[in-house]
Amino acid sequence: MNLFFEPIGLSHYLVVGAILFVCGMVCMATKRNVLGVLMGIELVLNGANLNFVAFGSPLLRAPGDHALGLDGQMIALFVIVLAAAEAAVALAIALNYYHTHVTVDVDRGDELKG
Amino acid sequence: MIETVNWHSCFFLLFALVGCVSAVAVVVTGNIVRMACWLVTALAAVAGLFFLAGADFLGAVQLMVYVGGTMVLLVFGVMLTARGPFVSMKTGGGQWILAIVVGGALLTVLLQAALSIPDWNAPGREQVQTEAAPPTATRLGLGLMGIPVDRLQERNAKWQSGMSGQLLAFEIISIHLVVVLVGAAYLARAKRRIEPQPARIADAEVSQVPG
Repeated sequence: MNLFFEPIGLSHYLVVGAILFVCGMVCMATKRNVLGVLMGIELVLNGANLNFVAFGSPLLRAPGDHALGLDGQMIALFVIVLAAAEAAVALAIALNYYHTHVTVDVDRGDELKG
Repeated sequence: MIETVNWHSCFFLLFALVGCVSAVAVVVTGNIVRMACWLVTALAAVAGLFFLAGADFLGAVQLMVYVGGTMVLLVFGVMLTARGPFVSMKTGGGQWILAIVVGGALLTVLLQAALSIPDWNAPGREQVQTEAAPPTATRLGLGLMGIPVDRLQERNAKWQSGMSGQLLAFEIISIHLVVVLVGAAYLARAKRRIEPQPARIADAEVSQVPG
């Protein structure tokens, strides 16, 4: 297996990011527990972060005037902060949902009346 | 042979395998607590991949904020919404098939896009640096303060005057975080619990499953 002896390129990181993204997407689509949906969201954001960091890495792309460079890591940093904020709000909504419906099953929330 | 092993690639394969297996396990597992545990390993593996790509500060932030913060938040949510033994809510077979088909199609498109550019397959050894990447914490901090340290060689004077790093984004993110956390704390405050409505006739048989 020449993956052990050859240097890792950018496409390997993109493959891992794609797998994480698709797993998160399937998790968001199929889970009936609202916290399961939130975990899918976290996976999606991590897949995207991995893409950003890989494109901005000086070890994978030649640094230069037109390289993404440090901006990739900066974007990923902002994504992490925003994801933490959104997880807090989503959990507050999930707790409210649980208090009114006495279940975390999102399939039970099929009426607009609270 | 042991001298020619590329250890960077070996560690990349280790972290990538752990991350992908954990992500698939999050999807497949029905128990919400096991999903949380697999998600923790997936996030830690992504942090390892960040370190390998030269983003040392970002790897540390990922471990602290995601694994240490967001996952604790999710586990608290799991605890607070548990009613009796953990009931596993199964999704119907038709929904699984549809999700797998759509997910598989997207994965095919993404993999084909990632592997089709020859420039990305393997870096030319003379183009990218082979020694360890410089520490990024100082450079990121200066960028957040408004000094773009990686664009200082910008020769076009018109572009150089407009570059202020990421200071505006930093301020926006800070205010956003304060507002969101205050709002979330207000939303999740303890209220008098509303008693559930009497079960509808159609749900009389289904409501045997607790929670």
